Amino acid sequence: MKKTTVTFLMLLFAMQLVAQPQTSTLSDSLYASDKIYVVVACIVLILLALLFFLFTIEKRLKKIEKKS
Amino acid sequence: MYKSWWKILGAVLVVYSTVWGFLSTVPELPIIRESIRNLYFHVPMWFSMIVLFSVSVFHSIKFLRTNNPADDIKAVESINAGVIFGLLGIVTGAIWAKFTWGQAWSFDVKQNFAAISLLLYFAYLILRNAIDEEQSRAKISAIYNIFAFPIMVVLLFVLPRLSDSLHPGNGGNPGFNAYDLDSRMRMVFYPACLGWILIGYWIYTILYRVRTLEKNNALSS
Repeated sequence: MKKTTVTFLMLLFAMQLVAQPQTSTLSDSLYASDKIYVVVACIVLILLALLFFLFTIEKRLKKIEKKS
Repeated sequence: MYKSWWKILGAVLVVYSTVWGFLSTVPELPIIRESIRNLYFHVPMWFSMIVLFSVSVFHSIKFLRTNNPADDIKAVESINAGVIFGLLGIVTGAIWAKFTWGQAWSFDVKQNFAAISLLLYFAYLILRNAIDEEQSRAKISAIYNIFAFPIMVVLLFVLPRLSDSLHPGNGGNPGFNAYDLDSRMRMVFYPACLGWILIGYWIYTILYRVRTLEKNNALSS
């Protein structure tokens, strides 16, 4: 399991290196002002919060399942 | 169902694909422009739905073989989770269509058939509620589910290809992968699909476990 995880993480790392900056409309308009990152930060926060919420539900469920 | 490594994997993949969905470079195409990034969010919804419906059919068949009520609960709850993803898919599709095809609902074949296949599954849920007796409810809905699944597949993947559709990959309209789903997009698209499928499956397991607990509590009290 560990091996798969490590391999996967390494793959992600390689993917980041592949993505070279090129001129597109987004990089011209939004990157120029550096504000697309604000949107990304908000969305990642929302996603992380929802995922965290899912994990807590899972934890509570496990507790109840153990009891019954 | 109880192990957590694939839940973490799903969470990581979804976050990864969201970040890179915004920040990666995409091919510059007319009309669709930057909205091509929707591919990372809209399409995985449908894939998750189809996987969840397949899980449901698997358990429906299993139920008919074993008559185990747990399999029936699994079949319903995976449809409950799948329907949520389908609704998200249809709404995100309408938003995307509004800005690329001009109208939220342009009566495109695939849009129509997607709506019909969702109605098929609403009918499944309503059918279940209409039958009081537990054994016959489970049996009838299992059989309905087994018939609904191939119809859904035909509606979503066969019929749209036979006529003109605005959707890529249908009616002589080349799919994204024909020329513009390049390797940069695949690096985000495939992890996004896998991630959302895992999250969808996870939600289904939670729904199933809650339902089982509720049932056990009702029996013991």
